[in-house]
Amino acid sequence: MTSARNESRRPHLQQLGEWWNSLPRTRQWLVLIPVVLLIYALPVLNPPILSTEPGTNFPIACFNAARFALIALGLNVVVGQAGLLDLGYVGFFAVGAYVAALFTSPDSALAKLPYLVTLPLAMVITMFFGVVLGTPTLRLRGDYLAIVTLGFGEIVRLLATIVPPLKGQVGFQEVGHPPGRLPDGSLIFASSNGTPWYWLVVTLTIAMLMLVGNLERSRVGRAWVAIREDEDAAQIMGVPTFKFKLWAFAIGAAIGGLSGALFAGEVGFVNNQKFDVPTSVLFLAAVVLGGSGNKVGVLLGAFVVSYVPDRFTELANYKYLIFGLALIILMIFRPQGLLGARQRLLAKGREAYQRLIGRPEQVSSESALAAESAKGVGA
Amino acid sequence: MHPLTTFLADAWINFDVGSLRDQFWSNTFDGLTYGAIYALVAMGYTLVYGVLNLINFAHSEVFIVGAYAVFFVLSGLGFGPSAPALSIGALVADLLLAMVAAMLVSAAVAVILERVAYRPLRRKGVPRLVFLITAIGASFTIQYLIFIWRGPSAEPAVIMFRPEAVFTVFGADIDDQQLTIVAAALVLMLVADVFVNRTRLGRGVRAVAQDPDTATLMGVNKERVIMLTFLMGGLLAGAASLFYVMKVPSGVQYSGGFILGIKAFAAAVLGGIGNIRGALLGGLLLGVVSNYGQTLLGASQWSDVVAFVVLVVVLMFRPTGILGESLGKARV
Repeated sequence: MTSARNESRRPHLQQLGEWWNSLPRTRQWLVLIPVVLLIYALPVLNPPILSTEPGTNFPIACFNAARFALIALGLNVVVGQAGLLDLGYVGFFAVGAYVAALFTSPDSALAKLPYLVTLPLAMVITMFFGVVLGTPTLRLRGDYLAIVTLGFGEIVRLLATIVPPLKGQVGFQEVGHPPGRLPDGSLIFASSNGTPWYWLVVTLTIAMLMLVGNLERSRVGRAWVAIREDEDAAQIMGVPTFKFKLWAFAIGAAIGGLSGALFAGEVGFVNNQKFDVPTSVLFLAAVVLGGSGNKVGVLLGAFVVSYVPDRFTELANYKYLIFGLALIILMIFRPQGLLGARQRLLAKGREAYQRLIGRPEQVSSESALAAESAKGVGA
Repeated sequence: MHPLTTFLADAWINFDVGSLRDQFWSNTFDGLTYGAIYALVAMGYTLVYGVLNLINFAHSEVFIVGAYAVFFVLSGLGFGPSAPALSIGALVADLLLAMVAAMLVSAAVAVILERVAYRPLRRKGVPRLVFLITAIGASFTIQYLIFIWRGPSAEPAVIMFRPEAVFTVFGADIDDQQLTIVAAALVLMLVADVFVNRTRLGRGVRAVAQDPDTATLMGVNKERVIMLTFLMGGLLAGAASLFYVMKVPSGVQYSGGFILGIKAFAAAVLGGIGNIRGALLGGLLLGVVSNYGQTLLGASQWSDVVAFVVLVVVLMFRPTGILGESLGKARV
């Protein structure tokens, strides 16, 4: 599906990719370290080209972008890797935020835990929700998962409204934060201070990036790609598709829960108003925009989705419309997103094919969303 | 007491069995009324699913656009927050006018959607994930176009007529509004059923649902059949929007279609998605069950939660629904 328009650009990108992949691991790290340092320094540098001020406090904007990046990374496991459409990701995000709030806020009757303990706890609990929701739906066709998750996203918000212990719009004040004070006695992780929160989220994002990257390179990741490309074929080849789909869904949910708990900590206040389904579609837009299945792509997409409304505040009211339209237009003209998926697994297969037949394989599939499939719509 | 016990003992869910017992029959009749509306909307999901095997997420917006048409036509005709003093004939004429307008607007939106967003994808033979993402993007786009045009709040209520009790069954009143909605919805569903099962065009729809390629070889115009299913879904959703505004006069809001869409989809799955009679049965059942849930649990939002739980439970134990998936398998 490579259109003529992309052909001119593709070789450069491909060369860059090949050059990068041919580097030894240590060299890759050497190149990455300055990039990572630059990313860490971003809120302190506040470069004038990137700055979102006066509209939005720049460290807060950085925190938002990092939070979106973590969410997009988690959603990418579900949508990009395993090819399952999760439209209720905000539900898992909300569950994570409520776990953090329930265990740390003085408004809650529950035992108080240190904030940092609630982060893994939020992951475990959201993972549980993911399994509960995934077990009945993942056995069925993918469409059902889409609508069930869409419903789930809304139901979590409704339950937060109507179940008394979750306190509806009143919500929970003074959600916890990591310990530590500056020499002058003020809190390091204060709500108004985006920079340390940004650093925390970036660190966790990098940790998750490594975790997800290792999973992708393992048997699990290969199973995901196989399921995404052709679920029936994968099943016939002996891949336990249900098990791996459930894993993808649960891991995605856990990362969503983690970002929810981080969000609750930074804002310091959780109520039922912040977890509507449109937010969920923004998350999806972040993944699809950058290129689902490509980790760098989704980080880029997350940056765009979070940064554009923060920078151009006059656009903020139109952001849902803009990203909704962007989804349609991308799907019609460039379903693989800005950067396509990296499929070294299939690339290897294609090389072998070429060597055997002497010409390249006709079908090209660049990402989760560009695979030419016999099961395609109306095929 | 340990804080965890306090937390768990804190009332999460209250069961109000007394009110459910007292209001059982009035809840049943009201639930059937809502169920008739769900059933009409569910038809749109079921027809498109039957033919294309895909969920048209934007169908809820097709529905709410119709509700806006109803609102504009009726406020143009002088309807407002209090019931108008009109003769029966004039009232029926006004309501029919609003219904036709809503049906046309909804159908137009559905067909345009198919043309602009879905057809280019079908031509390319893309995987279903792409189609689903486009559908949710379309749903979102329409929703926020309305948002930008009309703002976040609901439109002022338009009351068509005050419901008056006609007769009493099991100690519960049945009013003329409930009768109108259920009767009109049944007639429309019957028309749709006859259309699909008895007419030439309907045979084409069933043929494409069974086997698109063979149907094409037999001379059925697949693209036209697909357009027809979107058109029918749109017409029925438009009609449903009139009854929705009749039942919920202040429910015309940019996001108003969303939950109703999920409930209608749950109804379609409950009855057996792709099955026209299943949509009716599923709609009525879901309307009644979610109404019971709302009374039993005590807040109107529980109705939505119960509908969602029904959807998940059906998918868990009988994913083909009560009557099975059968638009294609219907007798010829």
